Amino acid sequence: MDFSYDDEQVALRDAVRGLVGKTYADHDHRRSVTAEDPGYDEQLWARMAEMGLLGLPFAEADGGVGAGPVEIGIVCQELGRVAAPEPYLAAVVLAGGLVAACGTDQQRADVIGPLAEGEGLPAFVHDEPGPPVTASQDGEAWRLTGTKEPVIHGGSASVLVVTAALPEGGTGAFLVDPDDAAVTGYPVYDGSRAARVDLDGTPATPLGEPGRDLSASIATVLDLGRVMAANQALGAMRTALSATTDYLKSRKQFGVTLNTFQDLTFRAADMYVSVELTQSMVDWATMVVTTGDASALADAATRVGLQASRGGRHVGQEAIQLHGGIAMTAEYSVGSLVAQLTLLDHLLGDGGVHLRHLADRIDDHALVEPLG
Amino acid sequence: MRLQLSEDDQAFREEMRTFFTSEVPEEIRQKVIEGEELSKDDIVTAMRALNDADLAVPHWPEEWGGRAWSELRRHIWYDEMQRAGVPPPLAFNASMIGPVIAHFGSEEQKQRFLPPTASVDIWWAQGFSEPDAGSDLASLRTTAVRDGDDWVVNGQKTWTTLGQHADWIFTLVRTDPEAKKQRGISMLLIDMSLPGVEVRPIELIDGGHEVNEVWFSDVRVPGDLLVGEENAGWSIAKFLLGNERVGVAPVTATKRSLARLKELAADRLADDPLSRARVAELENELLALELTALRVAAHSTDGEPHPASSVLKLKGSELQQAVSELAVDLAGSGSLASGAGDDSGVPTWQRRTTPRYLNYRKASIYGGSNEIQRQIVAGRILGL
Repeated sequence: MDFSYDDEQVALRDAVRGLVGKTYADHDHRRSVTAEDPGYDEQLWARMAEMGLLGLPFAEADGGVGAGPVEIGIVCQELGRVAAPEPYLAAVVLAGGLVAACGTDQQRADVIGPLAEGEGLPAFVHDEPGPPVTASQDGEAWRLTGTKEPVIHGGSASVLVVTAALPEGGTGAFLVDPDDAAVTGYPVYDGSRAARVDLDGTPATPLGEPGRDLSASIATVLDLGRVMAANQALGAMRTALSATTDYLKSRKQFGVTLNTFQDLTFRAADMYVSVELTQSMVDWATMVVTTGDASALADAATRVGLQASRGGRHVGQEAIQLHGGIAMTAEYSVGSLVAQLTLLDHLLGDGGVHLRHLADRIDDHALVEPLG
Repeated sequence: MRLQLSEDDQAFREEMRTFFTSEVPEEIRQKVIEGEELSKDDIVTAMRALNDADLAVPHWPEEWGGRAWSELRRHIWYDEMQRAGVPPPLAFNASMIGPVIAHFGSEEQKQRFLPPTASVDIWWAQGFSEPDAGSDLASLRTTAVRDGDDWVVNGQKTWTTLGQHADWIFTLVRTDPEAKKQRGISMLLIDMSLPGVEVRPIELIDGGHEVNEVWFSDVRVPGDLLVGEENAGWSIAKFLLGNERVGVAPVTATKRSLARLKELAADRLADDPLSRARVAELENELLALELTALRVAAHSTDGEPHPASSVLKLKGSELQQAVSELAVDLAGSGSLASGAGDDSGVPTWQRRTTPRYLNYRKASIYGGSNEIQRQIVAGRILGL
């Protein structure tokens, strides 16, 4: 039982903080980056590739680094600390993760190698606003029909990793060339980008063995995504808290600094409680990933998702309230943190969704046991 | 980062589990699990069983029965104890005055008091709070005045938990009326059988008798019962209260109560999605708290608690209260039958829910109220 990083992990954290934190130290930089497509800092993305961050989760044979979930979590936390708009979660954890889990040798080489080098950007094309996207087969050829939306950074993707209902039942995944689909990009409230992807008999290459039901693998990749989204949310919560305490110590009203008012300091104390509880759950869920047990991961992802949702909303809302009007402005950083927390909360199921799943399962156990 | 306990710690956990479930009488543990009130005998019997196996005061110095365990082992010990329904060692003895005497007491005081404190041959009470000194403890007014070798004590203490069972009371008394607040306070050990000591019960909102007022009228206390330096009582009190906070987050006991409640209220829960959601939410919050306790235990060194330890008391008491509140709701109108006898048609667990709910309102007040905890977090951790 150990909740601390080893020396290499501390070094990784410091290096990522040095790079990502420095890039967005000036909030104006984030504003100018997100003002234009692709909505993130391509130079930073290239530096992240050089540092090996984009290949972190993948096997060395596929062009990756072969690091574990703790390392990926560190990167996500550091991105969250500055509300970085880089599509790490969507491209590396979700899209890259699914290709790594299900792709053929050739597909992994085609997608993951370029991703790790910062040359290619896969998008995870999963959410549907309406009826499911369906796959149809005509001999060796596969085609997809339907609409996927919202697709994070879909507009700047070099390859689309699309989930779709299979003709024989189950869910498959396919690689689609964005040039073959109708992709309509737009900005998201946190400054990042999303897109609508219309498929109409669009040619698609099955990921892995054609026609195989990949539901379980997709579920596991989504669960991993939930754990990493919680890592990123934790980073954002930490900064929201520290920005708030700094502000309470410096902002003067009625001739005194705001930390003179006990109501405000008590509310900051409650924010700290939420952050620490979330930290504990995030550390735990990230360690559960390392066990490789898919059902334990599914449970941990739901639990950390609920905690991050509750904690993130509490800390985000209070951060704005305790700052007052300044946090309502686009030129101040706290609003971006809260916007990103809100996005992370709804990307892969919010607290209510997680709670519903947990409520269905309360009879499966007497006590919830973190250590197994 | 590693989730599993080391093999040694796993073996330790097994050893604790086996001991607690086999060496502490089943009848006492059952009472704890069912939320029944324990008698003085129950508490003494359980603590002696622990003490006979050197498991009552593991955090004391080794020469007085301590075990020099890691914080993690202490956590496992406490966790397994609650899981098995073993009443924790009497806090006044094991967590409060024992460590104080071991740290600040004279050699004579250690010899005289520590062994019977560990074995509950002396049952201690805590004499800190007064009617006008609650959260603002330093405003206490009970006085001790030198007269020859003795101290003469006058004043009133209150909220003295289980004082009706106590043999001795450790008190904070004002020994220098001229000095400023914190400076003129000393710690004095007082034999409650001395003339002039009077214990008066306070009836609480749950109908129970758990706390008392203790009055001192010209009580003559021998001079060798002052602990530490004269007028240095405040730093001793801070040491004691710091220890107190660590042990007041009974996470596992709350988990166990919730698990038992799921069994007892299974029928109601079967088709009540809203209550199921409350259970699920509480289970998740308890998990987050337990993990925080583990994180604190794994990263506290040399008795310096991890900063997150303040979260334990704050959140631990809230969850304890929330589970007791859910129990009342699940009991429904059966919760009104608190005064019914065993011939009642209402199940026992339902009848017990409201007194317990009312009783647990204390949890966010004692051991440093939750407002004091927020002050600690805001001041010491956040620097506000």
